[in-house]
Amino acid sequence: MSKITRRKFLAGSAAGGAAMMLAPSKNALAAGSFEGFPDGMGVLVDLTRCVGCRTCEAACNTEQKLPEPAKPFDDYSVFDELHHGQKRRPTDKAYTVVNRYEPEGADEPLYRKIQCNHCNEPACLTSCFVNAYTKTPEGAVIYNAKVCVGCRNCMIACPFHIPGYTYNSVLNPVIKKCIFCYDTRLKEGKPPACVESCPQQVMTFGKRKDLMKIANDRIKKNPGQYVNHIYGEKEVGGTGWFYISNAPFEQAGFDIDLPKKPIIDNVKDFLAIVPMVLTIWPALFTGFHLLATKGKSHGHGDDHSAEQEDH
Amino acid sequence: MVNVGKRLITGLGVLVLTSLFTVGCFAMDYPDEVEIDSLANLYEAVVFDHAMHVDATDSCADCHHHTTGTPSSSEYCAKCHDGAVEMDVVSCQDCHSGDPVSAENLHNPQPGYFYHNDKPNLKAAYHLNCVGCHQEVDGPTGCEDCHAKTEAGEKYYRSGEFAPEAAAHSSGH
Repeated sequence: MSKITRRKFLAGSAAGGAAMMLAPSKNALAAGSFEGFPDGMGVLVDLTRCVGCRTCEAACNTEQKLPEPAKPFDDYSVFDELHHGQKRRPTDKAYTVVNRYEPEGADEPLYRKIQCNHCNEPACLTSCFVNAYTKTPEGAVIYNAKVCVGCRNCMIACPFHIPGYTYNSVLNPVIKKCIFCYDTRLKEGKPPACVESCPQQVMTFGKRKDLMKIANDRIKKNPGQYVNHIYGEKEVGGTGWFYISNAPFEQAGFDIDLPKKPIIDNVKDFLAIVPMVLTIWPALFTGFHLLATKGKSHGHGDDHSAEQEDH
Repeated sequence: MVNVGKRLITGLGVLVLTSLFTVGCFAMDYPDEVEIDSLANLYEAVVFDHAMHVDATDSCADCHHHTTGTPSSSEYCAKCHDGAVEMDVVSCQDCHSGDPVSAENLHNPQPGYFYHNDKPNLKAAYHLNCVGCHQEVDGPTGCEDCHAKTEAGEKYYRSGEFAPEAAAHSSGH
């Protein structure tokens, strides 16, 4: 191989590397300042209202055409179930589950519905290397099961342990999770099935920014009834579904140690450097090496062969 | 004649007083029974014993807020609705009308009052009020304590004859 082709290759890769370095750093900046789509929809969940009737679970099952449950939806023994020492969590067969908690000093148990929180900046989306996930302007975090390769990165990335996995599928295991009823309802401006089914209106559907005002209003107008915190307003950069509660959130099974910034912020700086290290460094240091060795026996030979090719 | 007239007036007076006493502040007409059927689908309609609840509660305002002419029991609402002004509409569905979470209402919000911006829908108005109070006074709180499931309901909840066959133990994943 002659030196000319190698120089062309080096020059090209240096230019390419510079271009790549500029592009991702721009994206990274945009990601840090994103606060959700302005008209994104959300759901305010008021834990003080939930009586644990599991109607939302039944509604989800019907709407999403999910398989038959193991127990009827009016069987309340599920609240006593423990799986590997943990309370129930959403699976590929149930995109939402209700769990029961017993806060300290409370007369009544506290029930909490668990489903995808539809983050403003979803960690699942960031972690997916086939780009299966999308955060829609309507506020839903949806995914394309056709491109999902079943790597389960999103299951690890999700701070709320939401995505389920079709472990029983041998040939094409994929991720399954709550999609805010995007296909059948949200796209048309309708609330998800669980919200509509709830007898207690535990969940209020609307524009996220409007609901945030309602949440603040409820806390303000009912002094002593609520903990002064809206879980999901700031957590992991803000979530589409957010919660108000009469018991401290950690006693209702919430992870209160989550960062206020999006999960992607943990790796954003590092990821912006990767293209630079992988493309510019080789070019740069090879260039240094060539400059440093120019005029020596190695370099002299190079010049000579280059002249020969020019003829 | 005079005596008879006096007696008549006294008798009438006693009658009016007695009737006032029994009805108390609930001087208006109210139904003894209300069939709540507008939402019946998964559950049968509820036949609500209104007369019993009138006796059981201290004030109409416990359920009807300020609409029946009794001052609101909520300190917050009483800031505006402290007087006893009876309104034209008193039934739940007159105010908790429609479904605020329907697509139609979401995109055409009713010209709202600043204060009535967080009004529960009809289904929640019933349940929040009924269940909330029943929890406090140890009334019935189970779903089927008030209304029986319909066949559609059994299918929806996968219960009764629609119960899953393998209702043994769910898998952990």
